[in-house]
Amino acid sequence: MRIGYYPGCSLLGSSREFNESVKAVCEAIGLELVEVPDWNCCGASSAHVLDHELSVALPAKILAQAEAAGLTEVLAPCAACYSRLIGAYSELEKNPDHKTRVSEIIEMPYTGAVKVVNVLEVLERFADVIQAKAVQPFARKVACYYGCLLVRPPKVVNFDRPEDPQVMDQLAAKVGATPIDWPFKTECCGAAFSVTRTDLVAKLCGKIVDSAVKLQAEALVVACPMCHSNLDMRRPETNAALGKDLQIPVLFLTQVIGLAMGIEPKKLGIQRHMVPVAFNAPTGAQA
Amino acid sequence: MSRIGVFTCHCGENIAGTVDCPKVAELTRQIPGVVHSVDYKYMCSDPGQTLIKEAIKEHKLDGVVVAACSPRMHEPTFRKAAAEAGVNPYLCEMANLREHCSWVHEKNEATTQKAADLVRIMVEKVKHDTPLTPIKVPVTKTALVVGGGIAGIQTALDIANAGHQVVLVEKSPSIGGHMSQLSETFPTLDCSQCILTPRMVEAAQHPNIKLMTYSEVEKVDGFIGNFKVTVRKKAKKVDEKACTGCGLCVTKCPNKKIPDEFNEGLAFRPAIYVPFPQAVPNKPTIDTANCTYFKNGKCGVCSKVCPTGAIRYDQEDELITMDIGAIVMATGFKLMQTDKFPEYGYGKYKDVIDGMQFERLASASGPTAGVIKRPSDGKEPETVVFIACSGSRDRAKGVPYCSKICCMYTAKHTMLYKHKVHHGQAYVFYMDIRSAGKDYDEFVRRAIEEDEAKYIRGRVSRIYEEDGKLIVKGADTLMNGEPVEIKADMVVLATAVQSQDRSEDLAQTLHISYDKYGFFAEAHPKLRPVETNTAGIFLAGACQAPRDIPETVAQGSAAGAKVAALFSQDELTREPIVAVVNRQAPPLFSTCTGCFLCQTACPYQAIEQEEIKDRSGRVIKTVAKVNPGLCQGCGTCVAFCRTKAIDLAGFSNEQLFAELMTL
Amino acid sequence: MSSASHHAPHADTLAARVKAATGISLAQCYQCGKCAAGCPVSEEMDLTPCQVLRLLQYGQDKYDERAMRSAGIWLCLSCETCSTRCPQEVEIPKIMDVVRAEALKRGIAHPKSKDILAFHRAFLDSVEQTGRLYEIGLVANYKLRSGHFLKDVMLAPKMYVRGKLGLLPHMIKGTAAVKRIFKRTLGSKG
Repeated sequence: MRIGYYPGCSLLGSSREFNESVKAVCEAIGLELVEVPDWNCCGASSAHVLDHELSVALPAKILAQAEAAGLTEVLAPCAACYSRLIGAYSELEKNPDHKTRVSEIIEMPYTGAVKVVNVLEVLERFADVIQAKAVQPFARKVACYYGCLLVRPPKVVNFDRPEDPQVMDQLAAKVGATPIDWPFKTECCGAAFSVTRTDLVAKLCGKIVDSAVKLQAEALVVACPMCHSNLDMRRPETNAALGKDLQIPVLFLTQVIGLAMGIEPKKLGIQRHMVPVAFNAPTGAQA
Repeated sequence: MSRIGVFTCHCGENIAGTVDCPKVAELTRQIPGVVHSVDYKYMCSDPGQTLIKEAIKEHKLDGVVVAACSPRMHEPTFRKAAAEAGVNPYLCEMANLREHCSWVHEKNEATTQKAADLVRIMVEKVKHDTPLTPIKVPVTKTALVVGGGIAGIQTALDIANAGHQVVLVEKSPSIGGHMSQLSETFPTLDCSQCILTPRMVEAAQHPNIKLMTYSEVEKVDGFIGNFKVTVRKKAKKVDEKACTGCGLCVTKCPNKKIPDEFNEGLAFRPAIYVPFPQAVPNKPTIDTANCTYFKNGKCGVCSKVCPTGAIRYDQEDELITMDIGAIVMATGFKLMQTDKFPEYGYGKYKDVIDGMQFERLASASGPTAGVIKRPSDGKEPETVVFIACSGSRDRAKGVPYCSKICCMYTAKHTMLYKHKVHHGQAYVFYMDIRSAGKDYDEFVRRAIEEDEAKYIRGRVSRIYEEDGKLIVKGADTLMNGEPVEIKADMVVLATAVQSQDRSEDLAQTLHISYDKYGFFAEAHPKLRPVETNTAGIFLAGACQAPRDIPETVAQGSAAGAKVAALFSQDELTREPIVAVVNRQAPPLFSTCTGCFLCQTACPYQAIEQEEIKDRSGRVIKTVAKVNPGLCQGCGTCVAFCRTKAIDLAGFSNEQLFAELMTL
Repeated sequence: MSSASHHAPHADTLAARVKAATGISLAQCYQCGKCAAGCPVSEEMDLTPCQVLRLLQYGQDKYDERAMRSAGIWLCLSCETCSTRCPQEVEIPKIMDVVRAEALKRGIAHPKSKDILAFHRAFLDSVEQTGRLYEIGLVANYKLRSGHFLKDVMLAPKMYVRGKLGLLPHMIKGTAAVKRIFKRTLGSKG
């Protein structure tokens, strides 16, 4: 089976372990990733702040490239890219007359033939394969953190349920983890304010990390590079804001699945995290 | 040649202010067929009517046109006057010089000319009018009331007390409805059961009322005064005559873990049960979906312990067909469930309850005997948050309307809570306080001023659980939208009032209209609030829109009065404005070709198929026939008929063409 | 407020621009405050989301301007919590985008927007030049634009040893086409 692949900029830089683990897991489950040729940046959280049309044109260019390459579906693991791509797709579907204008801007035809999917959606299709291949169950209590962009706005993404989503929890359970029922699954981490308003990010991440630890989670599991960098890289600031020293690691779901499948941790980029991925002796969850 | 009289009314200044009425009289006098034309200041007044009657006699008029206001108001007045003077009332027509002319135009020559033209049109209509006789249909003086809540009980009692027979059908095992679940009622705080139970008993014992509980309407045919209704009497699996209501079966039933509907899931009941202690009838019913005997053939305890052998496992549903003259729908409402609120936990938090659950907690007959205890751990909640407009006025949740009762019952809840938990604190998140009604606003003020409920103007964005508390995240829009976070022990959602499940199906069974939310539609929002568009079917209570008890009772009585008025006659007189399928001499019999497009188009099921037979009884042709008892004269069939075989009495094609041609 | 001006809103209000750009009618908002209640940053805002909407509802210059001059609009994260829960289905983040763009155009954006804007401009500069985001370039550019030279200096070496910093930008073949996209959208509006 093959699917279009849009890694996005972060996955080549600060979140390369997400790229590595997505590729490793997809290879293990027999899903071939076909990279969108000569893809550009989607504009992420910046383009829409400055210009709405730009924020639609950049993703449209990516989808048009995919369309030209004969792809019908593109997987965007980065939740921010996913959100921009599906947002542009949905807006152009709602206003088909804008397709002409956008085609002129990007200098290539855009028809809306390419669907956009997130990493949870794709993995859900392989849930049984993943379960069968989970030879080393990830027997830990985990707090699945979805963030904003995978489930909102519900009318655009049309994925899982907008509050208390379940798909990541179900996938984690398939590989032996015990997802906790917790209230911060979709609370915002501060997203693109990582650099400009680190204080705000620290405050918002503090609530998330603190709640997960209180409810005895051993790891936070995410599917978004922005969430990851805020929860992992901004941990010193977060801990300072909380006045605590919380060392709960933050893993990408694909890393959790990869580990359970017995893929070598290095191949999954586990060593790249700021908060070391280390656990206490196995908990009761294993038994 | 016709002898038509034209009577132009000034309507004070209403018409004469812009239309030159004497000129209209003068102009219309010249229309062929008009033999008399006058104007007068108030034609509807007694002298005005006398003027018409005398003119009819003096000038031997055979048709009348009154050029005045809209026929909605005074057509009956003038037709009656014409009839009294010996002219068939359907040969008296009105030209609307007010709404259609004087009120919408400036004062000038053209306006007066238009007024004269409007009269000219009506003169042509009168020329082609045929004398019509009101239609008479017999009346079966038995009413069917569907729904045994307070609306249905009140309606049934009023009709029964007027001396007519009533069949009261209720789908659950007992009458009483939502009101029987309530603790105390606003704005007087009297005990709901205490005021309702006597009415329930009265209904059950009334010689004119036949109670059918655990029953549902299956089929409705016929028309006003002459309905044929089939009711499914579901098997209670208990012989009601043999059962003494001793309750031994209920006590001994081993399967006691079924969520109790009457207590809104806050308690359990056995598989054979009486819904609540004051139930009417006070006889048990077997819930076959949950009974061990019906699931796997084992058990049979109830049958073994019953001293009178009243358990009937083999009892079947019965279909009972009856003749009914009028139907009153009183099927009530349901509340939106807490699982419809993603942001409040999809119903997963046990201590986030709805208003009806709070009623059960506060009720002396409830699972906690009236002590306020939260469902999760039975602790007395010290902080309770009430959220008004939960799901109401919320287009995202599909309910843009106001549920009307929540503001009042939430204020009541805060009072009941404070009266029972003196040190407790109630918070109310609200958007507006809608407390219009006698003593209503004073009641809300009392909750705030005396019982110290803290009202916060804003909606709650989210509720989640943390450290055994429910974190309620709201905002205070009276403080610039400042976020407000309350750590609560219990949250009560005043969830939206919605139409009953399957109300659309029921409406279709009865051929009555309903709105897009499933509430039954009244015939006119102001002037016919308890009638439906289907003659002989009336509405009472919350099946039409959200209502509180006083309004429901008033509406029940209103519907009862409508039925009593209908039953005061042995025969019904109806307007003869009905469609007629033509009949002609053989061999054609009718220009109707029997395509029955009209039958599909008719909104009132008024079109039947008639077989035309020869002397030997052989069918020659099947043609359409209009049942004048059902026909409402809407004319849809006339428009649909491809062979122009249908005409509307009083509005024939010929008449309409003549009216147009005169212009 | 003078009653005369209250009854005579002129056509070119911010609300009208929001309507033209997004199709959202400000009249839909009935000021329930659910947006402010759920917003992760409303505590930090000088104007909460519902207040911004309230100001726009008047359709008067002085209130439009107050909204555009606020610092709060620059804190909106577009996390969509408000729009997901809004009972009136008002897409508030889209409104915020329009208000910010207008504030910039009129040169009345709040001084606190400077850093945030510097970041977004640096981000887009990078994309315009190479077609993709060059993270080191972004940070360097941001520091230049914002003047926060010492920000996160300790983070870079840690990222580098973990292989999280790509030292060279990725150039895509379609760089020229991307530049033209910028010219036709952002560029054409100044």
